[in-house]
Amino acid sequence: MKTAVIVFPGSNCDRDMAVALETVTGRAPAMVWHRETELPDGIEFIALPGGFSYGDYLRSGAMAARSPILRSVADAAGRGVPVLGVCNGFQVLTEAQLLPGALMRNAGLNFVCRSVPLTVENSQSLFTAGYKAGEAIDIPVAHHDGNYFADAETLDRIEGEGRVAFRYADNVNGSARSIAGVLSGAGNVLGMMPHPERAIDRAHGGTDGLRLFEAALGVLA
Amino acid sequence: MKVQVYVTLKPGVLDPQGKAIHHALEGLGFGGVSDVRAGRFIELEVADDVSDTDLDAMCAKLLANTVIENYRIERA
Repeated sequence: MKTAVIVFPGSNCDRDMAVALETVTGRAPAMVWHRETELPDGIEFIALPGGFSYGDYLRSGAMAARSPILRSVADAAGRGVPVLGVCNGFQVLTEAQLLPGALMRNAGLNFVCRSVPLTVENSQSLFTAGYKAGEAIDIPVAHHDGNYFADAETLDRIEGEGRVAFRYADNVNGSARSIAGVLSGAGNVLGMMPHPERAIDRAHGGTDGLRLFEAALGVLA
Repeated sequence: MKVQVYVTLKPGVLDPQGKAIHHALEGLGFGGVSDVRAGRFIELEVADDVSDTDLDAMCAKLLANTVIENYRIERA
């Protein structure tokens, strides 16, 4: 499977994401610089990695969402290509309006960096089919701006449509309704603050992130 | 000419930074402050013929996230 990792100035989880994709597919992803205007032909999966794109200046993800390559990412998402945004990648997806809501400063104002328990809310999506609904998993977080916000009407709608992929079992950042990961209406775009690419190897202390990649990349055992 | 843009969180959106500032003011012994909201101030130096429509588009497309923020534009 041909995959791509979009790299912004300030991305710092791009290599972790590349390792995760190569581990699961056996093939190194294309690393696509933010100033590119086209994705390589035949890309079947796109990842927006964590980090601090453009130094988090203005707002986390704001400038990355307006970078040239994002137009191609949005086009691909519109054609149904799976797009995964993790941490800063989630912020970019909301700023690009590919996902609803916004990510604000953590309610406790602290940078939170530890493994957190999540509940799998939706096990029907292409990203979460490897989990059971209601399953508890542990995935690391590392962020300052992970406090998910959307107005009540939007929250009701995404909950009603089954678009909450993951919730925090312990709400570490004050997110509305403890939401940790959100799916697009068509289900092929997932944004999440926790880092599944940091939980694919036993040396990481856990492998609960592996099944997300296995499911999304079509190699679920 | 200078254009000043004030970006503020919408009413009802939790403002953790404002709360921290409020707490710090109380810690300094200042009473009578009932709430603090933090925002962002952006000053642009623009040509005189830049239109209001363009300034509004700059705010809506980049300078403010209208999911959570309001903005106000003042020509100096």
